[in-house]
Amino acid sequence: MVKVKVYVTLKEGVLDPQGKAVEQALLAKDFKGVSDMRIGKYMEFYMDRDDHSDRNIQSMCKQLLANPVIEDYRYETEEVVHQ
Amino acid sequence: MNFAVIVFPGSNCDTDLFHAIKDVLGEKVEYVSHQEHDLEGFDAVLLPGGFSYGDYLRSGSIASFANIMPAIKDFAELGKPVLGICNGFQILLESGLLPGAMKRNAGLKFICESTPLTVEHNETMFTNEYEMDERINLPIAHADGNYECDDDTLARLEANHQIVFKYDDNPNGSKANIAGIVNERGNVLGMMPHPERAVEALLGNDDGLRLFQSILVNWREHHAVTS
Repeated sequence: MVKVKVYVTLKEGVLDPQGKAVEQALLAKDFKGVSDMRIGKYMEFYMDRDDHSDRNIQSMCKQLLANPVIEDYRYETEEVVHQ
Repeated sequence: MNFAVIVFPGSNCDTDLFHAIKDVLGEKVEYVSHQEHDLEGFDAVLLPGGFSYGDYLRSGSIASFANIMPAIKDFAELGKPVLGICNGFQILLESGLLPGAMKRNAGLKFICESTPLTVEHNETMFTNEYEMDERINLPIAHADGNYECDDDTLARLEANHQIVFKYDDNPNGSKANIAGIVNERGNVLGMMPHPERAVEALLGNDDGLRLFQSILVNWREHHAVTS
């Protein structure tokens, strides 16, 4: 099995109202030097080794997991052995 | 004229739309399940507001893969009217029938209030009963209504007169105050405000009624009764 971890964030240049609010909250709590907070989504799932390919995962991200109009994505994969 | 109101799991303005068409506009209307595959016999398709699939992942994203969606795309290709309101607009964006995407409201709050709008374009099949630049009030009720698109898309929307409604007092951070847009052909309208909640003066506001009347007027022009 392959474990796939997908990270989705708003594109650079697209204002992130949630990120801005949380950044302001950190600064208000006196955490200094915080900037450019972006809030995103994390998804993880498993795939059969035979079905998994970069092309396949990219296609999933483009078609459903991220909205390419406003979001960027990146992903990591790792081999896992199921019990 | 025969209207279809598409019902997704989590739609919650379907009954309001049904009522607006049947009891106020006085035309035929049927509910059509998201599981159906065809829209034979319908003259207009309405995608209601609500929270289809609980807004999981992104508002409208799961619904955009519903069984009925290919039929809606075919229906739109034929040039027939497709109207998406609120969550219906989000579904049209996610399915690619309209350009752009929705973000969380700039103020992060769910906003439920009557909001002033300007009719930016009254030569569409959805707005022919309004005056150009007419100011109207319609209710909004959403958390993800902050319209976003890239600058090229915005330039195209403006050049093709695809921006139909603008907020007078931008409540949610939408780019260029956009409240509603049509596709290039002009037969697919998506809007965040709820015209179906403003169709009876007795209930406080009937500014939304003319939108449905516009669809009917346009349809009658193209289907003149021959006796």
